Amino acid sequence: MNILLILPILIPLLTAISSLLAWRNRSLQRVFSTTGACALFGVSLALFAVVWQDGVQASQMGNWPAPFGITMVADLFSALMVVLTGLTGLGVVVYSLAAIDPERESFGFHALMHFLLMGVCGAFLTGDIFNLYVWFEVLLISSFVLLQLGGEKAQLEGAIKYVTINLVSSALFLTAIAILYGMVGTLNMADLAVQLKSADRQEMLTTVSVLFLLAFGIKAAIFPLFFWLPASYHTPPAPVSAIFAGLLTKVGVYALVRVFTLMFVQQSEQLSRLILVAAGLTMTTGILGALVQNDFRRVLSFNLVSHIGYMIMGLGLFTPLALAGTVFYTIHDVLVKTCLFLVGGIIYRLRGTYKLSKLGGLYQARPVVAVVFLVPALSLAGVPPLSGFWGKFILIKAGLDRQAYLMVAVALVVGLLTLYSMAIVWSEAFWKRAPDDRQAEAPLLPTAQLHSRLLYFIPVGVLACLMVLIGALPEPFYDIAGRAAEQLMNPTDYVRTVLGRLP
Amino acid sequence: MSSLILSAATRYLLPLLLLLSVYLLLRGHNLPGGGFVGGLVGAAAFALHCIAHGVETSKRVLRVQPRTLIAVGLLTAALSGSLSLFAGRPFMTGIWNSDGLTILGKIGTPAVFDMGVYLVVLGVVLTIIYSLSEE
Repeated sequence: MNILLILPILIPLLTAISSLLAWRNRSLQRVFSTTGACALFGVSLALFAVVWQDGVQASQMGNWPAPFGITMVADLFSALMVVLTGLTGLGVVVYSLAAIDPERESFGFHALMHFLLMGVCGAFLTGDIFNLYVWFEVLLISSFVLLQLGGEKAQLEGAIKYVTINLVSSALFLTAIAILYGMVGTLNMADLAVQLKSADRQEMLTTVSVLFLLAFGIKAAIFPLFFWLPASYHTPPAPVSAIFAGLLTKVGVYALVRVFTLMFVQQSEQLSRLILVAAGLTMTTGILGALVQNDFRRVLSFNLVSHIGYMIMGLGLFTPLALAGTVFYTIHDVLVKTCLFLVGGIIYRLRGTYKLSKLGGLYQARPVVAVVFLVPALSLAGVPPLSGFWGKFILIKAGLDRQAYLMVAVALVVGLLTLYSMAIVWSEAFWKRAPDDRQAEAPLLPTAQLHSRLLYFIPVGVLACLMVLIGALPEPFYDIAGRAAEQLMNPTDYVRTVLGRLP
Repeated sequence: MSSLILSAATRYLLPLLLLLSVYLLLRGHNLPGGGFVGGLVGAAAFALHCIAHGVETSKRVLRVQPRTLIAVGLLTAALSGSLSLFAGRPFMTGIWNSDGLTILGKIGTPAVFDMGVYLVVLGVVLTIIYSLSEE
């Protein structure tokens, strides 16, 4: 079934092309965009089902045998990430039908969104380290344009920081690839996994692995390389922030996990202390940043940074349980962050501001919004029985097993502080009286029709329901995460499927 | 700023440069050249026309929006890769017409892919040049 490996890339590409061809016809673009997102989600589910049943899948592009050609490969972790891409892509596209303004739409919002999805899917599915770089560029260039689309002053300011730091990261990534290729002469990740075990200059490999850690660390926004994220993610409109927050940092996390479980296995043991320290500091600095912010989306951006720490923590602990925790936490985090940023968009639509000091009285006026905020917010903080609780539970259990007590303590305290940070947002935006009485009495969503309200609330509602579902029935999701982690810890199947033999 | 010499020369240079760009595109199959270079030369031809006669005239000569060229180019490239999927082979596997055509000779999907690249490069460069010279 190798066609399933290429469809998650082809479908967004064809959707983007159709949107480009229908440049002047906005309603046609919306139809294409929604259809494409639905198709992508369907295909991603099919791919996941196949990988779940038959194990790792691979397809050699252009029929060139590995390691000479580019291989597309999906193990459970990749397939899971593609499903999450399809899900958030669909949610955000539906939401954007109501939330994005006509100007941005007529300047190619839908085409760019699907180019972005293509880049993300490609990064998850490729089995070639240089090809991974290419997909990173595809998604980065789309994200550059999406970030500044609309050309507001704040957007341009955010975009400059975002573009600059990402170019630095790309340069580091490319350097690391070049050194690696100079050392072993292959770019296929499965082949690299085999070759690096017997490479004779191990100290050089440590250098290369640190370069990869830096490059992907910038993309994933871990300490101390995260400053670009809170400086830029709050500037574009809500659907764009949501897809960035939900997916783009996770591509960095995915790349870190892939590289350190497949290629640099020995190095990841040497570096585990460094990774753990980075994880702990990412959590703490992120959450401390969130506590002092007064802008709804900046609070979320800092929380986003903080919770990247949990995923990195699982990688640092490097046990099967810890990696299962990372996978589980990634599922949870993609849903929660996308949902929270989308709720932020609804609040902005209602009140015209993101400033917490100017918001208020939303619980009284709009209880539905309050509920769809409360579910992801509590889930983010790790309150049972929501998805975040189980994610944190697995990671902390893994930490205790490895006797990393300091790390566990940090994770627990940060969880508590997250609850505090969400409580601040809750009491400021929802509970306190609206600072301006006229605002409280003004008709809410004045111009919105029923169908536009549905477009706002269905994606958010579905995401919130999924969090409750994962919280209530964690067993199947834990199974998936556990099996994905098993494949990551023991990549024999991956190597055999890609290379067609086991050296 | 219109120069008689430039505009008269462009009238002859435009078709010549376009012919050269197509030649480079086809030559690139086995020799230096290819869709990227061909597309750049093609774009240079229209850029020259744009300098000589202004943006509006140049756009009229091109007839289609550069944006459409990008879309069509991407579509061509994507379809040339997908063709092998229908033959039950992996994506991007080359499919060849082994008998050959009268003028082009042996031709296959890689050449079609290159034509897609040509159109994308032409479209992207012209989008940049036209929007810069409009400002």
